[in-house]
Order: sequence, then structure tokens, then C-alpha cells
Amino acid sequence: MYIARQDVISTASLTYAGFFFALYLAAHLVTRRTVPFADPYLLPIAGLLTAIGLTEIYRLHPADAFKQGIWIVVAVAFFALALFTLRRDYRRLETYKYLFGITAIGLLVLPILPLIGLTVNGARLWVHFGSLRFQPGELAKIMLIIFLAGYMREKREVLAQGRPKDWGPLLVIWVLAMLVLLETRDLGGGLLYFGIFLAMLYVATARLAYVAAGLGLFLVGAIGVWRITPHVRERVTIWVHPWTEHKVFCPLSGQLELRQNCQSFQLVKSLYSIGHGEYAGTGLGKGTFTTVDGKQIIPSLNTDFIYSALAQELGLIGVAALLLVYMIFVLRGMRIALLAHDGFSKLAAAGLTFGFALQTFIIVGGILRIIPLTGITLPFVSYGGSSVVANFLLLAGLLLVSNRANRETLQ
Amino acid sequence: MNRQVSQVGIASLVLLAALIVGTTYWQTWANAGLADRQDNDIQLVAQFKIKRGKIYAADGRTLLATNVKKKIGGQTLYFRRYPTGPLFTDVVGYSTQSRNRTGLERSYNDYLTGSNANLDTVFRSALDKLRGATVTGNDLVLTIRPGAQALARRLLQGKCGAVVALEPSSGRVLVMATNPTYNPNLIERHFAQATRTTAPCGAPLLNRATAGKYQPGSSFKIVTASAALDTGRFTPHSSFYDPGYCIEYGKRVRNAGNPEAPETFGNVDLDFGFEHSVNSVFCNIGKTLGAGTVLRYAERYGFYSLPPLETPENERVESGLYNRGRLFKPKRPEFQVDPGRLAFGQERLQVTPLQMAMVAGTVANHGIEMRPRLIERVLSPGGRTITHLRPEQLGRPIKRQTADELTHMMELVVQGGTGTPAQIPGIRVAGKTGTAETGREGINTTWFAAFAPVDAPKVAIAVVVENQRNGFGGTISAPIAKQVMEALLR
Repeated sequence: MYIARQDVISTASLTYAGFFFALYLAAHLVTRRTVPFADPYLLPIAGLLTAIGLTEIYRLHPADAFKQGIWIVVAVAFFALALFTLRRDYRRLETYKYLFGITAIGLLVLPILPLIGLTVNGARLWVHFGSLRFQPGELAKIMLIIFLAGYMREKREVLAQGRPKDWGPLLVIWVLAMLVLLETRDLGGGLLYFGIFLAMLYVATARLAYVAAGLGLFLVGAIGVWRITPHVRERVTIWVHPWTEHKVFCPLSGQLELRQNCQSFQLVKSLYSIGHGEYAGTGLGKGTFTTVDGKQIIPSLNTDFIYSALAQELGLIGVAALLLVYMIFVLRGMRIALLAHDGFSKLAAAGLTFGFALQTFIIVGGILRIIPLTGITLPFVSYGGSSVVANFLLLAGLLLVSNRANRETLQ
Repeated sequence: MNRQVSQVGIASLVLLAALIVGTTYWQTWANAGLADRQDNDIQLVAQFKIKRGKIYAADGRTLLATNVKKKIGGQTLYFRRYPTGPLFTDVVGYSTQSRNRTGLERSYNDYLTGSNANLDTVFRSALDKLRGATVTGNDLVLTIRPGAQALARRLLQGKCGAVVALEPSSGRVLVMATNPTYNPNLIERHFAQATRTTAPCGAPLLNRATAGKYQPGSSFKIVTASAALDTGRFTPHSSFYDPGYCIEYGKRVRNAGNPEAPETFGNVDLDFGFEHSVNSVFCNIGKTLGAGTVLRYAERYGFYSLPPLETPENERVESGLYNRGRLFKPKRPEFQVDPGRLAFGQERLQVTPLQMAMVAGTVANHGIEMRPRLIERVLSPGGRTITHLRPEQLGRPIKRQTADELTHMMELVVQGGTGTPAQIPGIRVAGKTGTAETGREGINTTWFAAFAPVDAPKVAIAVVVENQRNGFGGTISAPIAKQVMEALLR
């Protein structure tokens, strides 16, 4: 299957294929050297997903594929660096858990800062230095997971008892993170972090009551947010009624328009794209994404909405296979968490894997109208530098945990 | 901890499985609904990536619709060209990006885009898609004869009206021409120019042959005579006294109101009354039979239902009584409809040229009405026939004997009555004129419904021309019918 994907790329551009394959080989060799006992499935899956993403990005916007290629090189470099430095014992990281927690908050705050912050599509998630821009939120996610794993490993017994004193630092960092996310309007991110938090808390304490309380809090919070922020209210309206029969007020143009021509434009066009794929899809490169005049029909198609491009071109068979690949990744990730010998490793692996699954669900579920749409990237596939780097770091984390677990089992 | 990890793992898998379910819903269950949405521009553009099937006239050579390939922004798109311009546009319609589709381009879109459900086509389209080749639609061959069609259009030049000719034995539409009409090649970019017309009436986009509603006038007497003879209440030799008027509701309905036969004839029989279109004769028939019976026979001919044809439903209208622009079906016709005026085609009757051609065709086909058809065959791009026309009976509105008696009466009209200009040397022609007053002094709608040759009918025709000052069915419409029939019989 991997070879097959490579084939598709080669029809698009042989140089890309050769380059990508060399890069994969390098990543593979680094993995063999540094973490020889690690799970053998994860890196090929990540390679496959990245290749699918790169192919589709190339098909949609060749110039972006070149940039994405550079970002993949950067990501693999970070990946190699992480494996190399932490190959002996990654559990050192646990010592710096507070540093990670605070850095994560710092990273999340960065976009709000005047000089370097940048607003894209209504959300203030970007940081730029000159022409270089990235989303620090993606990195913050991994740091928060490390912080949570460290903190919960240390305090899991007392957390289960529910003494306020032990909850303090956890909640402080947590509430800060949520506030920042609200401020930056990163709803998808907020949902993701909250989900990861609850999942890890459950793994650590085995108390379903916490999860229930967390969900209750989330509901109350969500309703509260729904009431006070028009931005959120709009998202929900779009989700419930993307199509209107009569013209309604359109805040984008200030006039009366059908909602499908206004706020829910992107969602609706993306659904048309998915529906057009049917069972077998139109075939790679044969999909329709532009009007007769050559105008792009769906905005941000190669980042948040890459799934609807894939669904049209690969069809149900193709994207179902893609989602199965995600499921295999999740299965392997959870297996690593099960095999890990210590609490920190288990929590970290479970957190990283659940985060991976939940992020996929939030964006694809949003596109499919299962939940309200919130912008977030599809792991490994979407176009976006910070996303690729963060996902390769996530992969490195899982490989490190699995390497250690398997080595200990063998010895 | 392991139990919890497993549980979280299962939850993750459930989330991802929900995505597969969601995708399945949109791609297999809801996709047809999405495709039908007006604002689905992906569907709209995708349709232009398909090489639509070509459309040919009955000779299989005259190309009515073809494609022009254009490369725009890296995608290859196929746009429609109509080599015959306005000649066939009422039937063929158009397929454009900005205004969607009409005519057969719309109703046969499935065949033309290769998305019809025939096994052959499904297999080929699927294969094309898998190979990444351009999907090619199926070709249509129409029943319309290009030569006669062009002649009919030429004869209508400068007038407003329509000509419909059918083959009585099979229902094949041989001619369906209207004026004014439009050039379908201009629709996409020059819509205003396409809809501009120099004709004295407007609405060039209207297919007058199937959606034009006209007062039938005396041409409706074919239907009244059908009822009179078929019920057995009258024979061709039933005698009438024509004092020049007929008394209805205690008032005189004068023949003088009939532009075709304003005179007084005295003692006549039904044959003579039909031949010379004597209103008082039919007025008395109407009073004897009652409006209900006449309307029942009209219904048997297909009035009050959409004339069956392959064009889209909204491009056809029902014939019948109309009240304030809406089809009016009286519940108690004896009280709601004036039977005398109904019998000679006035009242509130509105008839389409297609319906009138079907009436003439039924008489020609010995009382059996055939379903009118436009599509001779559908061909795969390789030239194999996918479906072909199978003549289909719609019903038997009148007995064979009635049809034969009517044929004789209609032949009298052409031999020595109101329709003599329709005579074709060497060929026996049967017909009936109609001249309906429009309410404006001296302005008439003129009709001629006919078939020929009488002994073995090959063509049935209806011709309507609007707004003719001092024009009659016999002088305006009959000569047009004659020339078109001649062309078709040659």
C-alpha cells in the first residue's frame, strides 16, 4: 500500500517521490538506530498518511506542496533530534513537568501578544517572525500532555481521593489554558484539550465520576459560552441549519441571504464535495474543486478541509480505508500504553494517542456535521508546518515509550 | 490502569468509526439530495467535465447538439454547441452553466451524461471513471425530419404560431416548429439578445407547440363530431335546419359570429355542417349531447392531462377549459358550461397544437391514439442501440366506424369546404379549419388540423397561427399544413 501511494506521487512528480522516499528512509534509519525495539507499525503509518496528504496538497496547490515538503524535512529533523536526545531515558522529562506546563501556557498566549500575533480566519492562533509563521498551539498540546502525564503519575492516588490541595496546580494551569483558548477563539483546540484532560484523568484515577463531573462542567461551560459569544452561537446555528429556504441576515455581507450562501458556505460546499465522491470517488486529480471560471469553491481546502477533497477524489472506499489507517495508528498507540511499565509512560502514550484520535474526530466530525465545525488540522494529512512538526514529535514520543517498554520486556 | 487505557482506546476507536458511518451517510444515502441542490456548483461543474451525448435529427446525420472542448484553469470542460441554431431549440432545449437546462437536454440528461441505469451504460461509465477517461454520454436520434422542420420554420417566419406533425400509426413527431424562438447558442453569454424577437408577439422561450394555449375555434368540431357520432345520437346524414343562428338560453347565437361561415344555409345534414363549419349545427349538437358528453370525449382524446412527450413536464400544458388562467374542470358541466359555444370551440377552451395534432392523428389511425414520441433511439458512444422507439397505444377515444365517418367529413372539408387550400395534387387530404376570435375586432387565431393520404395516412398535422387580421384557418394555416405535408410525403 505504501508503494502504491508512492506510485501516485510519482505520476505527479518523480522528484517529489524520490525526495519523499529518501526522507522516509532517513527517518527509518534514525528509528532503527535510536529506538530499535519500538513499534514497527507507527512510522510506516505516519509515512503513509503524510504521503497521502502531500499528494492531495500537490494536486490542489503544487506551490503549497513544496512548502509542505520543507516542513516535513524540518519535522523529520525534530523527530530525529527528539529520538536521539531522549533515546536512553525519556522519563527525565517528568522532572520538568511544571516547566512544560508553564511553557505550554506561554505558547498559547503568544498569539495574543501584539507585535507577533496574527489573526487568520477569525481565530488568533498564529505567531509570525518576519515571513515565518506557525501555530504554537500544536506544540502546546504535546507539552500539556507531558505535564499532565507527569503530574497525574505523581498525584494519582491523592487525586483519586479528591483533596483540593492536590488539585490546585492542575486546575490553575488548566483554567488558564481554557481561558486562553477562549480568548483566541480556538474552539477546536479547547475541545481537544478538554477531551485529553478528561481521558488522562480517567486513566490516572479510574474514577468515572470525574469524567461525568467534567462533562457536566463542560456542558454548563458550553451553554455559558454559547450565551455570551455570538461566534459560538453562529457555529451552532450553522451546524443545526446549514440550509435555509428563506433569506436570513448575513453578518458577512450585512444583507439578507440564504445561509448556504453566507455563513455555512464552506460547510455546505464541502458536503457537496463529499457527496460527489460517492463509492469510488472521481479518482485522484479528477475531482472538481473550482468553478468553470477557475475560482476555488471551498475555502481552506488543503488545511482544515482536506478530508472533503480526499472524500471526493478517493470516494467512500478510499476515505474509509484512510480512517481505518487512523484506527490502526490508535490501536498501536493504545497497545503501547498498555505495554508500558510505568505510570508516566502509560499516561503519556494514552494521552498522545487519544489526542490524535480526538483531533481527527473533531475536524472530520465537524466536516461531516456530526458535531459543530471548528477549525483544526487533520493529523499528518493537512497542510500546515506546525501541525506536521507537532505530529512527528507525537510520533517520536510514542516510539520512545514503546522502545523502552519492549526493551524491558525482552530483558 | 490498563483497564482504563483499554476503555479510552475503545472510545477512540468508536469516535473514528463514527466518522466512517458519517462519511457513508453523505456519500451513499444523502448524495442524491445533495446533487439536486440548486447551489451545488461542484455538481454543476462536474456535469461539464462529461462529454455529453450528441443529438441527431431523424436522418441520423443532421447534428443538433454537439460539444466544444475548452481548457480552463487546468480542467477540460465541454460546452454545448447547437449547429442548427434556433431550428430545433424548442425540442432540444439547452444545457448551459448559467441557466441550467431545458428541453431534452434536461429530461434526457441522464442518457446524455451516461448516468442512466442501463447495464451497458453503467458498466461503461464505471470503466471510464476507473481508467480516468472522460465520461461520454449516449447519443440521441430524434424522430424529427430536418427538411420538413426547416420548411415549417420558414413558413412561420414573420408570424407567431406552431406546426406539429405526427406519424399517426406510431406517434413519431415528424415536425415540431414554432415561431418566435431563440438561438440556444446565445443563452450562455448573450441571454438578452437571445430572448429579443422581431416577431409581433413575445415569449420566444415558450415552446408554443406543447405549452402554447390557443382557442381551438372550429377545429374543435372534430371532437364534437366524434362525440355526436360515437354516442350513436347522430349520423353523418342527420338533418339540421340552419336559420343562421341557434337559440341558447332564449338568445340567438348567430353564425355571423363565425368568421368562417357567417351565412345562412337552411336545410343541411351533419356532413354539410362539418364541411362548411356551420356553427348552428354544432350548437344544436352541443345542446342535445350536453357539455358533459362533449368534455368526456375531449378527455378521451387527452384533454385535461399533460400530453405525454419526452420533454420536461413544465414545458407542456394541458388542453381544456381554462378559468382565469387555470385549468377548469367543471364538476357539474350541465350548469357550469355553455354547451352550444363549447361545441364549436369557443367557451373558455384552450388547446395546444400538440393536442390538436393528436386528435387528427387518432382519426387518421382509425380511432386509436398513439403516444407521441420524439426519441427514435438512444445510441452508446460506440454506436450500439441502447433503447429504441416502440410505438405505444394511449387509448381508443372513438370507434373505428366513427373515425372512418369523420375521415370522410374531413375529406369533404378539403375537397369543397373551408379547407380547399390544403389540396395536394394526387393525394387525398382530410382536414378541418378553425378560426377563433381573439376578442379584438378582426383579429383571429387560425387553425388547420389534417392528415394525408386518406387511404393510408402517413402524416397528421396541426398548424396554429396567432393574431391574423382577417385571416382564416383555410387561408393562413391550411397552406402551411399543405406544404409541410407535401414535404413529409415526398
